[in-house]
Amino acid sequence: MNLVTPDGGLLFWMTLIFLLLFFILARFGFPIITGMVEKRNRHIDESLRLAREAEERMNSLAKEQEKLLEDTRKEQTRILHEAAKTKEHIIAEAKTEASEEAAMLLAKAKTEIAAEKESALRDIRKEVALLSVDVAEKVMREKLSSDKEQVLYIDRLIDEFVTKQKRT
Amino acid sequence: MRRLALILLLILCPLAAAAEDFEVSEIIFEHIGDSYEWHLWGAGERAVAIHLPVIVRSKTSGWHVFSSKHLEAGEEYEGFRISRESGKVVEIVDGQEVKPFDISITKNVLSLILSSILLAVLVLLAARWYRRHDVENEAPSGLAALLEPLVLMVHNMAKENIGEDYKRYSPFLCTAFFFILLNNFLGIVPFFPGGANLTGNIAVTMVLALCTFLTVNLFGTKHYYKEIFWPDVPAFLKPIMPVIEVFSALVKPISLTIRLFANMLAGHILILSLVCIIFIMYKFGPVLFGSMTVISVLFGLFMDLLECLVAFIQAYVFTMLSSIYIGLSREK
Repeated sequence: MNLVTPDGGLLFWMTLIFLLLFFILARFGFPIITGMVEKRNRHIDESLRLAREAEERMNSLAKEQEKLLEDTRKEQTRILHEAAKTKEHIIAEAKTEASEEAAMLLAKAKTEIAAEKESALRDIRKEVALLSVDVAEKVMREKLSSDKEQVLYIDRLIDEFVTKQKRT
Repeated sequence: MRRLALILLLILCPLAAAAEDFEVSEIIFEHIGDSYEWHLWGAGERAVAIHLPVIVRSKTSGWHVFSSKHLEAGEEYEGFRISRESGKVVEIVDGQEVKPFDISITKNVLSLILSSILLAVLVLLAARWYRRHDVENEAPSGLAALLEPLVLMVHNMAKENIGEDYKRYSPFLCTAFFFILLNNFLGIVPFFPGGANLTGNIAVTMVLALCTFLTVNLFGTKHYYKEIFWPDVPAFLKPIMPVIEVFSALVKPISLTIRLFANMLAGHILILSLVCIIFIMYKFGPVLFGSMTVISVLFGLFMDLLECLVAFIQAYVFTMLSSIYIGLSREK
């Protein structure tokens, strides 16, 4: 059979069978497969889009969270700093107050001590005076036991008085 | 493949031994050509073949349907016999050979029917999977998973080359692609039901190319026809351009026909020639015979693998060019 001359019988059958095959497959075969695959592709695209959106949202959330964390940390350091400052301030204040109080107490104590000392000295002086008067009395009594002596003493006192008057 | 070549060797060895004058071209043409019977194995008296129905219509005596068994070895039956020159059934009218209207189920037609049924079953089974499963929650399995990448490849090819209304043309392109691919592969298989040289037959490729041609020209846009008959060229070219354009439109299906036909035919001839080397070398002594057998088996294996590649490439090229031609006719 000649190779390059198309055979009529085969042309006939080929046309018939190929068209039949085409109509069957174009009706029940390929459009179903491609349709379903396109449906699936759309579904995948949609899912990917949703996933991307979710990821974006997650990212923004994470960013927000980070910002929040950062803010909190800042706040924390600020508060800590302030607390430290306050602490120092309080300590310093307490120190000055304490020293003032101490100084005041010291001063009070000093005046009290001085006053006590004064009164003590006064008491001692009084005591000493009384004692010396007592001693003088005893001595006088001893000395003035005789009349002669009494007269002598009176004379001397008068003398003393006279000299004193003269001097003035 | 090597085992296949060895089987071939075992089958054909007695044949070579029996036939002193081994006619290579006869053997090759018998394999790539069409015939009224499907030869399975054996030669001469012991040949086993499927006898196919001969369907002819004579101008004088009307329709005749009979088995080709009656026409074996040049016998005459109901006034018909197989012509020695053309190899076709002819009617004997007054000692003259007259060609009747012949739509016999030949080897190629039977192969065409079988492969078409196979293809239809495969695709419909795959489509059934999609109908019965929820594609949004399930990955395709089995046959659907096998066919899906190929269908998608053709579908995307249509999308790229045709543009917006690609969905109308995608089924045609898919059918053409799978038809060519399946028949290319069946052509490589050396035994029944493969082995018929269907895509290497010019009638088959011609019908395929004609389908593309009709699809292109029946659904062409105004722009497409304007480009052919009144393109935007200088005035002196206006009368020449339609001639060139019409010629190019006609050449496109011819080139599609010849490309597929010639590629598949050449592949078949090459493989058959490499197998035939074994039988030619038989009479040159055991050393040459043995060494050449090894060489031809190795080359045959290589060619078979290459043909597998070519089978796919040719199906791809035919579909690709068809989609490009359709795309050109759909331009707005």
